[in-house]
Amino acid sequence: MSNSPKQENHSDSVIQLEDVSVCYRVPTESVGTFKEYMIRLVQGRIKHNKFYALQNINIDIKSGEIFGILGRNGAGKSTLLKVISNVLVPASGRVWTKGQISPLLQLGAGFHPELTGRENIYLNATLLGHKRKEIDEKIDEIIAFAEIGAFLETPLRTYSSGMQARLGFSVATAWQPDILILDEVLSVGDLEFQRKCFSRMASFRESGATVLMVSHEMKRVESICERAMWIEHGQIMAIGTAKDVCHNYKKSITK
Amino acid sequence: MIYDSAKRKPPAIEELLALFRYRDLIYQLVRRDIVARYKRSFLGIAWTMLNPLGTMVIMVIVFSQVFNTVESYPSYVLTGLICWTMFSQSTSFSISMMVWGSKLFQQIYLPRASFVVSTILASMVNFLLSLVPLFLILVITKTPLGWSLLLLPFSMILILTFSMGFGFLISTLAVFFPDVEQMYPVLLTAWMYMSPIIIPIEFLEDVFNGWLLKLNPFYYVLNIFRIIVLNNSVPNFLDWGLAVLVSFGILIIGWLVFTKKADSFAYYV
Repeated sequence: MSNSPKQENHSDSVIQLEDVSVCYRVPTESVGTFKEYMIRLVQGRIKHNKFYALQNINIDIKSGEIFGILGRNGAGKSTLLKVISNVLVPASGRVWTKGQISPLLQLGAGFHPELTGRENIYLNATLLGHKRKEIDEKIDEIIAFAEIGAFLETPLRTYSSGMQARLGFSVATAWQPDILILDEVLSVGDLEFQRKCFSRMASFRESGATVLMVSHEMKRVESICERAMWIEHGQIMAIGTAKDVCHNYKKSITK
Repeated sequence: MIYDSAKRKPPAIEELLALFRYRDLIYQLVRRDIVARYKRSFLGIAWTMLNPLGTMVIMVIVFSQVFNTVESYPSYVLTGLICWTMFSQSTSFSISMMVWGSKLFQQIYLPRASFVVSTILASMVNFLLSLVPLFLILVITKTPLGWSLLLLPFSMILILTFSMGFGFLISTLAVFFPDVEQMYPVLLTAWMYMSPIIIPIEFLEDVFNGWLLKLNPFYYVLNIFRIIVLNNSVPNFLDWGLAVLVSFGILIIGWLVFTKKADSFAYYV
């Protein structure tokens, strides 16, 4: 990076993106198989189109902020989240984050049906990057929150889907993140459990976690967030106070 | 905990450090593989041992009819089969593990090498279990057993290393091209018949002036195993050297290729 002096400028920032672009190489004709690829390679017929999922994104989010991200489907919202959580490495630009980011993992992905609830807790939590010691400390809390009590030592395949979702949520949120990503509306288990989920999210927020809220519901963004951005075709259309951005976004939709 | 995409080390080193940080995950994945494989089937462990035995019996019957085979053919086939099973099974599993794991590393950060590493390590358990029928046959056929067997762990590590390296290569390819998963069994079958696994080595020694064997990397690692178990002797310096060169060479190449491509995995699959 040529402009490395910028790194000193992190004062209470938690997320900084500098000129971040993400580029998918889309083959002009779909070449899905190795066989086809080899044939085309010999024929010299492999061409790629570049498709920018994100283009020159610059944002700086401070600690404790509640930041909204608006945009239509396919605008690049989830690509942006993936870049922030180090799932995608950008084609160019720089991503800098500080602190633990709440996982974007689909609840219960990585569970194994043959393992018991307890074994799955360890498996899932290590997938999320936690050490065994950390899990030992939290396991009672995870079990209690998931309300799986008697089923703890039985294989996961005997669980109802609601129980699996509860267990997944319980593991994913057992550790307080510094950056909380709220992607879609939580719809886990019954109403009672949903209430518990919301209160856990609220407690994260209150204890000072930075929140990234992704939504296409303007009203929620406007009422909860202080600042927001609106992206379209991978580019920032507007960034500023939530009110202004929502106003602009609304105008573009009704147009 | 700071992540800065501008300050990353070379991928081969970065991934190695990440793997170390996620060592508890690797332990959990290995454990999961083993538990899941043996939990539900009462005969799970028994099958691991019976499979190579069964194949051996068939091969002995077939080949003793077709050729005037070597006298110690049963133990020859068995040593070949269990080493080959370790290699072919663990590499095939690492492809399917990468396919499974891709669902995860499209959503969260994980050292992507952990899937291959854990699969190969879990396969070692099978490898160890399959030594039981081997020694059974060695005793039955009155093959002399000696001190050279103390070297067996080293030779098994060479097969492990070789499998891991090749596992990295083939699963990198499989991420980019889904049909590799379908092609690989065919490749393995072809490879097996070109290797001295069930085909008596005498039949391969003269093919293309011996180049068929010389160019087959698996031959070198298997060779060590056979010298130790069947000849009951210590492999010479050249045999060791070649086997170490081949297996660690493949591991290093596999690691470099895998880690270089690992960042783009999330863009595919």
